[in-house]
Amino acid sequence: MSGAVHDVATTTGGTLAVPSAAPRETRGERLRNFWSDYRQSPVAVVSLIVIVVLLFISFGAALVTPQDPYDLASLDWLDAFLRPGTEGSGGYVHWLGTDNAGRDMVSAIFYGLRTSFVIGLSAGALALTIGVSIGLTAAYFRGPLEAVLMRIVDLQLSMPAILLALVVVAVLGQGVGQIVAALVIAQYAYFARTTHGAATVERGKDYIEAARSTPLPTWRVLFRHLLPNVMTPLIVVATVQVASAIALEATLSFLGVGLPLTEPSLGTLISNGFKYIHTDRYWLSIYPGLFLMATVVAINLVGDQVRTVLDPRQSR
Amino acid sequence: MTAALEVRGLTTRFATRTGHVTAVNDVSFSVSPGRILGLVGESGSGKSVTGFSILGLIDEPGEIAAGSVLIEGEDMRGLSAEAQRGMRGRKVAMVFQDPMMTLNPVLRVGDQMAMAVRVHARVSKKAAWARARAALDTVGIPAPDERLLSYPHQLSGGMRQRVAIATALLHGPAVIVADEPTTALDVSIQGQILAEVRRLADETGTAIVWITHDLAVVSSLADDICVMYAGRIVESGTAEEVIADPRHPYTRGLIQSVPSLHEPGRKLPQIPGSTPQLSHLPSGCAFRPRCPRATEICATDPPDAGQGHRLNLCHHPLGAA
Amino acid sequence: MTEPLLEVRDVSKRFTREAGLIERGIARLSGARTGSTVHALTEVSLSVARGEVLGIVGESGCGKSTLGRIVSGIYAPSSGEVLLDGAPVARERGGTAHKLTSKVQMIHQDPFASLNPRMKVGETIGEGPRVHDLGTAREVRERTAALLEKVGLEASYADRLPHQFSGGQRQRIAIARALAMEPELLVLDEAVASLDVSIQAQVLNLFGELRQDLGLTALFISHDLSVVRHVCDRVAIMYLGRVVELASAAALYAKPLHPYSAALFASVPTLGTGRARFHAIEGEIPSPLDPPGGCAFHPRCPMAGPRCSVEIPRLTRPEAGREVACHLHDGGTGRAEVAA
Repeated sequence: MSGAVHDVATTTGGTLAVPSAAPRETRGERLRNFWSDYRQSPVAVVSLIVIVVLLFISFGAALVTPQDPYDLASLDWLDAFLRPGTEGSGGYVHWLGTDNAGRDMVSAIFYGLRTSFVIGLSAGALALTIGVSIGLTAAYFRGPLEAVLMRIVDLQLSMPAILLALVVVAVLGQGVGQIVAALVIAQYAYFARTTHGAATVERGKDYIEAARSTPLPTWRVLFRHLLPNVMTPLIVVATVQVASAIALEATLSFLGVGLPLTEPSLGTLISNGFKYIHTDRYWLSIYPGLFLMATVVAINLVGDQVRTVLDPRQSR
Repeated sequence: MTAALEVRGLTTRFATRTGHVTAVNDVSFSVSPGRILGLVGESGSGKSVTGFSILGLIDEPGEIAAGSVLIEGEDMRGLSAEAQRGMRGRKVAMVFQDPMMTLNPVLRVGDQMAMAVRVHARVSKKAAWARARAALDTVGIPAPDERLLSYPHQLSGGMRQRVAIATALLHGPAVIVADEPTTALDVSIQGQILAEVRRLADETGTAIVWITHDLAVVSSLADDICVMYAGRIVESGTAEEVIADPRHPYTRGLIQSVPSLHEPGRKLPQIPGSTPQLSHLPSGCAFRPRCPRATEICATDPPDAGQGHRLNLCHHPLGAA
Repeated sequence: MTEPLLEVRDVSKRFTREAGLIERGIARLSGARTGSTVHALTEVSLSVARGEVLGIVGESGCGKSTLGRIVSGIYAPSSGEVLLDGAPVARERGGTAHKLTSKVQMIHQDPFASLNPRMKVGETIGEGPRVHDLGTAREVRERTAALLEKVGLEASYADRLPHQFSGGQRQRIAIARALAMEPELLVLDEAVASLDVSIQAQVLNLFGELRQDLGLTALFISHDLSVVRHVCDRVAIMYLGRVVELASAAALYAKPLHPYSAALFASVPTLGTGRARFHAIEGEIPSPLDPPGGCAFHPRCPMAGPRCSVEIPRLTRPEAGREVACHLHDGGTGRAEVAA
């Protein structure tokens, strides 16, 4: 017979162990419970829908857009600066107008979104792998190794991410690979710190000691015992960091040290249209900016709600 | 003489995903001034929730669904939240298992206690400090002036718990509810605190509800005992009576589980199974699946088979015919 | 006489907290001292015979948990050695202990932290045997099922996660995990302290059965005097890192020789003493960071004499099979100077 208990927060800040009602949960039930908790916030649900739509249109850009903005041959100088809603020489309506080279803004934005997602997700994944490895190692082995690793991490965290990224790009040069490297260097520290914190707590628990004293080989203790139990807070950090990577890349591109105009990301588009922002050709900058904002905000809101749902004190 | 504390039909429940769980089910008892009531039970029995309910410290998703809690005749449940706060600390106080639930780690002990004084009494800081010092003296803390200037982390566990008890005594409450305050302490320190508490109850006339799972402690400390199981009080009476002559099979099983009553090495009489989940209680008597005396009639709610002040919720009480 | 299974020889353990770089710099400027050393264990020697259960009793700071961990090979001693069947249990390398044998297994106090929350119970039990090649995958699975039943649970529970079990059930799983490695010595570190009284009785009975069945040898660490008396053949009482008394359970409980042992027994309420007054020991337990000079117990000892604050008493044998570290029992000179 199962006799699980869960904690309920009391006014005094302590917890009462209240025998919980549900017996064992299957994975399907857990997912369904997660979703029903998640659904409690309509804003978060909308954000999730927004992200799904954005992902769809960005990765399906080729199918959805009338024009391939990377194909220089398809651009026509005569289509430059068309107002939103006007029909161009290609025979279709430019719903969001065109830019100074005749690029259809809708197509440019969708392709740019794809670039942003690809860079954001790959930088996030790499930063996670590197950061988690460092955090785990530092927490498990302790001693001088931990001190050295975490001091480096702390040092990096104290520097603004954009500064770090700029320095890396200055050293490595421009290009997609270099941008991703810059983002990873700027961001791995957050993963390292979160992992280190969670791992230090778990490290002190008896089951790790029991595993070590079986005795089990170190790698097994690290990857089969320690790692799975520090994953939960990482989900939230990962979500937020992807948004952060997207914004960071956009900033780099806006400053002109990111992606080139031939393969524009949203940041490049914003930058490109920036010189016209004071004229009445607002659409070159504003629309990419709005899409960027929507992406970053939506990801952050989803991450927020995931954190609320996973936090045992706040669950109902 | 009015009882210092009277609990009538207290019922507390918690909302969960699959419905309500009743942690405290129709609990009633009273404690006279200067007497110590031991509220005994294992985990899941509802004893701690009862304690928190008396203080009105139940928050979402829990609620006190029914019953009354009378402190010196005044019903806590009938009061507004504001008025309840006025009672807490002044007329009824609580000592928690972890003294760090009472003590703020970033404030000096003296500052905290003075704050606790001034919440309910309009006195100067100096006077509040003096009262704090007097309270520390009362619980037998040596060198109280030094202690007042210390931070909680500079004190040992036993000392912290004594400070927590002193804090509870600051306004001379009629009732103190102590939730397993010595469980986490060393045995010898526990002994000291138990002796202090006994003396305090005798000298100040405070009624004490001592929540614990430790039968030995309760047998040495308490005047009266209530045994709880699955949210209900299944037996109550004076400490001597209940320990020497238990009437409920659970109480007897509990007492028999203690090793000190048996020859070393022999198999201990054990209660089979484990405490039931409150969401899946059997019909009738909650102890039925584990009870050696259960029969069909136990599927219906057991009556109170006790006499006078002795309560005994059982169809087949021990000791009777 | 047969060789003891476990031998702890003169084991001491010191934990030093080194000050960080900046602290040391400041200290050098201001002339203060840095770092602090906790003497968790000092010159502890004992032995456990095959099939015996030795109880280790004490309060905070006595070092019993540290001793348990050193015997289990999780810590390495600062000095002295621990031998199982004549071979060392662990080896120190670069500041960490590397366990050399799987023949000592530990059962921890907190059933809610001793099982990997994300691993199925059957995997937890079977992991050690699989890694150590104690059988094929099928054999390990069968053994896991058999062990679960042996500890009073159903074999089908192997597919469940720890959070689905109660505290008592988790302790049973922990016992199964320990037994899966076919250990020669079990170390139970306050294994029943977190359990309800009725569940405690079940687990103690289980331990008793397994002990008879499998001929287990065990180190039983606890603060609970009545449990120790029930389970152990011999008992060692520890205070502030030293063994102060060692005797058979029966002899010790009948007549404790060391004042601390006597005071401990007198200060603990037991069921059946009713409202008898219990005599609380005066004073606080000293901090292991700053132990009193001489006999560590002398500030609280009702029988302390002038020698007690100066000279640390050695373990002596006043009777066969008993050891005490007290000036009252070390040949008479102590007694003559005991204050009234």
